Amino acid sequence: MTAQPIHPHATGRITHDSSDYQLDSVDRRLINTLQIGFPICDEPYAAVASELDISETDLLERLQRLLHTGYLTRFGPFYHAERLGGGLTLAAMEIPAHDVERVTAAINRHAEVAHNYERDHALNLWFVVATEKPEHIDAVLTAIALESGYPVHNLPKQREFYVGLHFHA
Amino acid sequence: MHVISSPPPDQTSAQERLRIALQDGLPLSPRPYQALAQQCGLSEQDVIEALLTWEQSRLTRRFGIVINHHKIGYTSNAMVVWEVADSEVNRLGAAISRTGLVSLCYQRRPDGPDWPYNLYCMLHGKSREEVLQRLQRLKTQCGLQDTPCAVLFSLRQYKQCGGRYAHKRPSAPVKEAL
Repeated sequence: MTAQPIHPHATGRITHDSSDYQLDSVDRRLINTLQIGFPICDEPYAAVASELDISETDLLERLQRLLHTGYLTRFGPFYHAERLGGGLTLAAMEIPAHDVERVTAAINRHAEVAHNYERDHALNLWFVVATEKPEHIDAVLTAIALESGYPVHNLPKQREFYVGLHFHA
Repeated sequence: MHVISSPPPDQTSAQERLRIALQDGLPLSPRPYQALAQQCGLSEQDVIEALLTWEQSRLTRRFGIVINHHKIGYTSNAMVVWEVADSEVNRLGAAISRTGLVSLCYQRRPDGPDWPYNLYCMLHGKSREEVLQRLQRLKTQCGLQDTPCAVLFSLRQYKQCGGRYAHKRPSAPVKEAL
């Protein structure tokens, strides 16, 4: 199987990848800084702007532009999902190439499916399932297995060692 | 005089309203916590205190941005899974995390003889070669040269709605789930 370009939102939220906006050095500093955190105080943008040595207005305009052009997909809090009390797991399926589109559609019809990736391996479809109640995970996975006609591997997290999604822009 | 008053909103529902208000992200205005406060019928100080409490109680990890890593050039992304002895999981998980080469590192339940892997990490790079070079460094630094592993590069992303936390349905916390 050869690598194909990633299409980040075949069915997901719309971003604006077609934009040809190029990051400048201030954007890059801003991205590198805001991946680490954001202050919780009365005027947090003013605090960040001062750290970056730009005006608050400039910072807000840049954030707006980076969100609009799809460099940033979100700006807000990151939760420890398991602490919200719901169910969360990673599931994987081995689907022959001719059936990938059909099974993907069956998987994505479920609102509980948050991410769905095709990977370069015999076990090729990987998706995250998040449910309001932990006990609902099994029902969703069973439904997907029945609808698709293929078994589903349930691979729940047992321990988290590291989460640090930092990319140097 | 008849005063019709609604019961004071309890703490849970105020927190719930705040979580919902944050689903689309932090408002881009000079006093974002005040804007959120207005949306949920709280004071700015209530919002700030709630968010600080969430952070302290580790309900939230941090505030910040989610970047589209493909768009800034990180187009090659691999999930690498290892089969390690239960007695070694903690040591190796910590060692992998310390290298600075991975963005995520989890222990997951293995699933039968077909899928014996129990330690997962995610590697990113601007090409497959770069990812594989990082993997070699990871193996060398952590003594994983002879550990059974599989490398799963991502080919396509079919659905992405992570990071949205509907109160009914918490979703996954990371951009590329592992």
